Amino acid sequence: MSEQIILSARGLDFYYGPAQALRSIHLDIPAKKVTALIGPSGCGKSTFLRCLNRMNDLIPGARAEGSLTFHGEEIYQKGRDVAALRRRIGMVFQKPNLFPMSIYDNVAYGPRLHGIRSRSALDETVERSLRAAAIWEEVANRLKRPALGLSGGQQQRLCIARALAVEPEVLLMDEATSALDPISTGRIETLLGTLKDRYTIVLVTHNMRQAARVSSRTAFFLNGEVVERGPTERLFSMPRDRRTEAYLTGCLG
Amino acid sequence: MNPRHIRDFAAKALLWLSAGAVSALLLALAGYAGFRGAPELSWRFLTGQESILGGTAGILPSVVNTLVVIAVSLAVVLPVGVGAAVYLTEYARNRLFVEGAAFAAGVLSGVPSILYAMIGALVFCDKLGLQKTLLAGSLTLSIMTLPTVLRTTQESLKAAPLSYREGALGLGAGKWPMIRTLILPASVDGIVTGCILAAGRVVGETAVLMYTAGLSMVMQDFSSLQSALDASGATLSTALYVYAKERADFGAAFAVATVLLFLTAAINSLAAAVGRRVRRV
Repeated sequence: MSEQIILSARGLDFYYGPAQALRSIHLDIPAKKVTALIGPSGCGKSTFLRCLNRMNDLIPGARAEGSLTFHGEEIYQKGRDVAALRRRIGMVFQKPNLFPMSIYDNVAYGPRLHGIRSRSALDETVERSLRAAAIWEEVANRLKRPALGLSGGQQQRLCIARALAVEPEVLLMDEATSALDPISTGRIETLLGTLKDRYTIVLVTHNMRQAARVSSRTAFFLNGEVVERGPTERLFSMPRDRRTEAYLTGCLG
Repeated sequence: MNPRHIRDFAAKALLWLSAGAVSALLLALAGYAGFRGAPELSWRFLTGQESILGGTAGILPSVVNTLVVIAVSLAVVLPVGVGAAVYLTEYARNRLFVEGAAFAAGVLSGVPSILYAMIGALVFCDKLGLQKTLLAGSLTLSIMTLPTVLRTTQESLKAAPLSYREGALGLGAGKWPMIRTLILPASVDGIVTGCILAAGRVVGETAVLMYTAGLSMVMQDFSSLQSALDASGATLSTALYVYAKERADFGAAFAVATVLLFLTAAINSLAAAVGRRVRRV
């Protein structure tokens, strides 16, 4: 089975000031698949995820070395248009981070930023995104109401809709279900199943069963290194590294 | 009662006493000013102007001058102060520069206003040829209140939730669109607070205005731009000084004080209402 590699790390090192958070990461992310990054807290999986859309730029003193490419172009290249990169690589955060505006305005925020002004085009994008995030039925009759009045699970799906509205190629999910109840989590996992045909999804999760359920590839991080990576089924059933096995069976982390 | 209860009770009593003392003091001050000023207050006093020939007293010119000075100085300090705060908090990379600016703002906000008065008189009235006018006074006051607006705005920009920044940047927003659509609206409270404090200092200021805006109590002509630029005169606080110090007319002085209290209360409510309105949008 041939797969197209869309994101690729080659010897990526990452530092927060003097502290090294990632050590020589080699990792390929295939297009239109769900890739799960697992590992104990502080292992670097979220740091790696936030390298992909340069969200780490917000942290003073953070810097990357080595190679990290998106469609073959260096993500950390000098003069890179970071806003354009982030438009193509969307992100959903651990806690729902909707803006204090209406449901409609939240979803329309991205398209408006990128210059879409026409009312009908915005209406269409908002509806399409809300449908894609499986939340249209729940909010269709209250689009003008404040987004912060929704439940946590609904807010997170609205965040996904907001990210989809700018039509990214990649969707990064940083423990996006860890603050949600099991039912909301289940909904989002089902949603990921429908999204993976159209988007490349990279998922950081603490929930091993979630990684097993939704991803086709998994990478196991430990102490800033990728210990093992491979097809999810193989990695979970026949881990090659002793440390992966220890983590999966609950003896590590 | 065990010792823990006693300590708890003592702490509560002390806190209640401080709160009570503060409230009592404020009420007593306002009450006394109102009590002494009320007999002088009349519709004619509020809407008339002073005339030696006619033998009438009236403070309408000072009320108008006060409002003009507040409006002009806020119109200058608000864009400059907020703009500088946004630059220093969001854009400036040089730590030394940012800290130097914060230090300078701290020093400037503690400088006695008589110093601003001298600088204003030298720069605006003399060098720039504005003479003693409301414009020169307003410009001097906008410099004096700049540190206040700068600092309160900076504090509220820093307090804007990180989640807004991450959310907007994650969608590919540029820095300025993010600031304009999310960070500034989230900072309205702080900006409004800065404006209230600035307006408060403007309303209460005398030294600066005596040196830069004049003491005339005659109605000025604001009908054309030229005459408005030339307008010169006392605000309520300087009028209060003139009544109390130069004419020993304490009845009128207390009446002016009462009007000042009401004006300050009105400014506060207005600012609060504006804040609520902006935040809702």
